[in-house]
Amino acid sequence: MIDKQSAFGRVSKIVFLAICLIVTIFPLYWIIVTSLKAPGSIYSLPLDYWPKELSFENYIGLFTKSDFGQYMINSLVVATVASTVATLISLLSAYVLARFHFAGRWAVMAAFLLTQMIPGFIALGPLYMMMTKFDLVDSKTGLILVYIAICIPFCTIMLRGFFENVPDALEEAAMIDGCSRLSALFRVLVPVMMPGIAASFIFNFVNCWNELFLSVTLMNSDENKTIPTALAGFISSFNIDWGSMSAAAVLTVVPTLVIFAFASKFIVQGLTAGAVKG
Amino acid sequence: MALTSEQTAVRGSKTAGAPPEPHTILRRKKRFSSRTGWTMVAFMAPAAIFVAIFTYYPMISGSQMAFRNWNLNDLSDTSWIGWGNFQKLFENPEFPTIVRNTVVWVVGSLVPQVVIGFALALFLKRKFRFRSGYQALIFFPWAVSGFLIGMLFRWMFNAEFGVVNDLLMKSGLIEAPIPWLAEPGFAMTAIIIANIWYGVTFFAIMILAALQSVSDEMYEAAAIDGAGKVRTLFSITLPAIAVTLGLTILLRVIWIFNFPDIIWAMTGGGPADQTHIITTYMIKITQEGDYGQASALGLIVVFTLMLFAVFYLMAMRPRKAKQ
Repeated sequence: MIDKQSAFGRVSKIVFLAICLIVTIFPLYWIIVTSLKAPGSIYSLPLDYWPKELSFENYIGLFTKSDFGQYMINSLVVATVASTVATLISLLSAYVLARFHFAGRWAVMAAFLLTQMIPGFIALGPLYMMMTKFDLVDSKTGLILVYIAICIPFCTIMLRGFFENVPDALEEAAMIDGCSRLSALFRVLVPVMMPGIAASFIFNFVNCWNELFLSVTLMNSDENKTIPTALAGFISSFNIDWGSMSAAAVLTVVPTLVIFAFASKFIVQGLTAGAVKG
Repeated sequence: MALTSEQTAVRGSKTAGAPPEPHTILRRKKRFSSRTGWTMVAFMAPAAIFVAIFTYYPMISGSQMAFRNWNLNDLSDTSWIGWGNFQKLFENPEFPTIVRNTVVWVVGSLVPQVVIGFALALFLKRKFRFRSGYQALIFFPWAVSGFLIGMLFRWMFNAEFGVVNDLLMKSGLIEAPIPWLAEPGFAMTAIIIANIWYGVTFFAIMILAALQSVSDEMYEAAAIDGAGKVRTLFSITLPAIAVTLGLTILLRVIWIFNFPDIIWAMTGGGPADQTHIITTYMIKITQEGDYGQASALGLIVVFTLMLFAVFYLMAMRPRKAKQ
């Protein structure tokens, strides 16, 4: 009965969905078009909605005139290491929160949730001074350590949701057969939860890849800078070079976009599992 | 291999030929042996240590700066000044504007996000061809950082070469280009449009997940009882997803409140400090070196949000009980 749809309903649905899609995708389209225009023709009227002639000058300039290649490698290293370690650590803490109903469970959850509520800028000053003391300013290791800590709370909450979808009986059977808890976790639970773990990892990765204010505060040498720091550099100068900016934006967004396209289903599951149940 | 007492107990009962009921095993597991206790501690420790050192220590240490005269430009006197920083903030003539902007920013972004997100979720509920592909495509804003979104929209809202003005003029809606980011009212509109663009998908996805958990039987029963579409929406769908919707909105309010990235990239709080929200203003003060005042502002945010969360959850409760 509810499956019947009037012609008007059908048309309005298609129109609405089409508009949403166009509005969502258009900024990406526009930034790609801008990046492919010759630097001079970006600032010419009337605007071209497709470059008159394709030019890769903006991209070439990015790699020859600045160290963008180095920044990309740095971002890749920092984000990969931090999100891998954070996912492993969160796997353990999420397991505890999902499987043991101990008294302090809600306190731990609340402490994790509170980290999401506090504006990061309160912590920035003291963090900087602490990192100076440990000699971890302008060091990839330092940034990785901080990113791990930032990823853990939400990742734990997200993974907890996935653990609760897996029946206890699974690892109990393994433990009765003589597995330790740790090996039961990694040999039995991890394979079953792979989609959820992948989603959490990707979520962490994208967060680290995109993180701005900490990297701007902690990193300053060209050798160690990550992409967001370089991007922020574009607006500190009065005149923004929109050609290079667009090319840099495309190079920043495309990797995460590709990952998201493949994993969006799992990420959606993860987000909803964490938030709806949390 | 060392067996825990519970494992030996289970084995023992097995050899005795009486297989234990599954739920007795479960119940025994709930009573922790000391070994389980240590496992819990060991599993929890890395997460706790990281969060304590790199998140909680700086946060707590930063919070006490709010009560000190703590200015990077002059660290000779970092003495305790009580509520002095708060007083300075409240006396700041820009403070009312910043608070007003924050409210406009949160409400102006949130309401359209919820409404459009809800509509999108309703349309996506029923399976159609390319639905999963469509979902993956509209998920795209989530892969972009807030800062980049700000930059993207800053370029699109450019007064001279921006595509927004060009499209508006081509469609005949305006005759002269709008100086989007140079005039406070337009700038506020532009940053909110960027934020709506960013957040709609999130709501659509959360609401869609909630919608899919409502059983079809409820809809069938409503249809048999002769409920129309609007009636079904208000009597079945909305009450069924109220809790999820309510919590999602709460999380979003907290998050949008604390989200300076888009504004920082698009306007930097300008023109003439007219588009600052509390968190972008905090960045500004931090960059000026006055960590004390920035901290005080941060504490104001935390307490406002906590108060809001408490009242919000209290207001939600009766609705939850009705179900």
